[in-house]
Amino acid sequence: MFEGLFNFDTDSLFDEFRRLESQMDQLFGQSPWPAGIRSVQRGTFPPLNVGATPERVDVYLFAANLDPKTLDLSIQQNLLSVSGSRRVEAENDKAEYYRRERFDGDFRRVLALPEDVDPERVTAKYRDGILHITIPRHESARPRQITVN
Amino acid sequence: MSTHREVAASGSSTVEKAGEDPSSAPENRGRGRDLATIPPVDIFEDPHQLTVLADMPGVSKDSLNVQADRNSLLIEGEIAFDMPQGMSALYADLQNTKYRRSFVLSGELDTERISATLKDGLLTVRIPKRIEFRTRKIKVDVT
Repeated sequence: MFEGLFNFDTDSLFDEFRRLESQMDQLFGQSPWPAGIRSVQRGTFPPLNVGATPERVDVYLFAANLDPKTLDLSIQQNLLSVSGSRRVEAENDKAEYYRRERFDGDFRRVLALPEDVDPERVTAKYRDGILHITIPRHESARPRQITVN
Repeated sequence: MSTHREVAASGSSTVEKAGEDPSSAPENRGRGRDLATIPPVDIFEDPHQLTVLADMPGVSKDSLNVQADRNSLLIEGEIAFDMPQGMSALYADLQNTKYRRSFVLSGELDTERISATLKDGLLTVRIPKRIEFRTRKIKVDVT
């Protein structure tokens, strides 16, 4: 069921390049060809996935244990920005830490959505640690069936 | 890809079931969907117990699996969320459908009494120490 959202169409040459680029990025920190202006380094918090259908665009931010009150979502034309903060509270002063890998602090992610989204009708909900933002596309931009008389 | 190897190296035989895990099939290697994402963790210890906190957004109680035997702890979970029919990916930081990570435990931990809670994608696992191994304050009497 996740096919669509988790896997790029690897048959396309462009996607092969994109995959290669992310692997190069992982190995050397920088790819030899230009990256998207708003692309971020690997491991940026929170990871996000974006999926599209003809009716809408869905953005998923994977951020566990978030206080939705700290979230600030804004959309200008087709530019969506999400900022907030996730604090990792030490529950015990006496505790001795071995690993601290979880993100602690303020975050902000900005992404350019397809041009035809309708910024007036954005909805967002938080469940099981995923912030799910739905942005419908303009009616006029949707594909239409044309009947031939 | 070295991060994925780390899991296999630290996993015990109960974790890596070579025959059953589709990711071990040669034709599936390197394909995003068969690999598990390694959840980031915080691990700390106090005099009574060890605590593991793991970020596993998208995992619900039903799809979570926390398993422990005498010397290993495995945490894994399937990522699930609402997705409209016929969706195609525009961008994806997360390219796996599950999380998996395992740890080797040591003998002083009481694996019979491990407890786990899950809230908003944050998994908390507490592993108490056996009573005889708890740190005791030694009172020094000055005479």
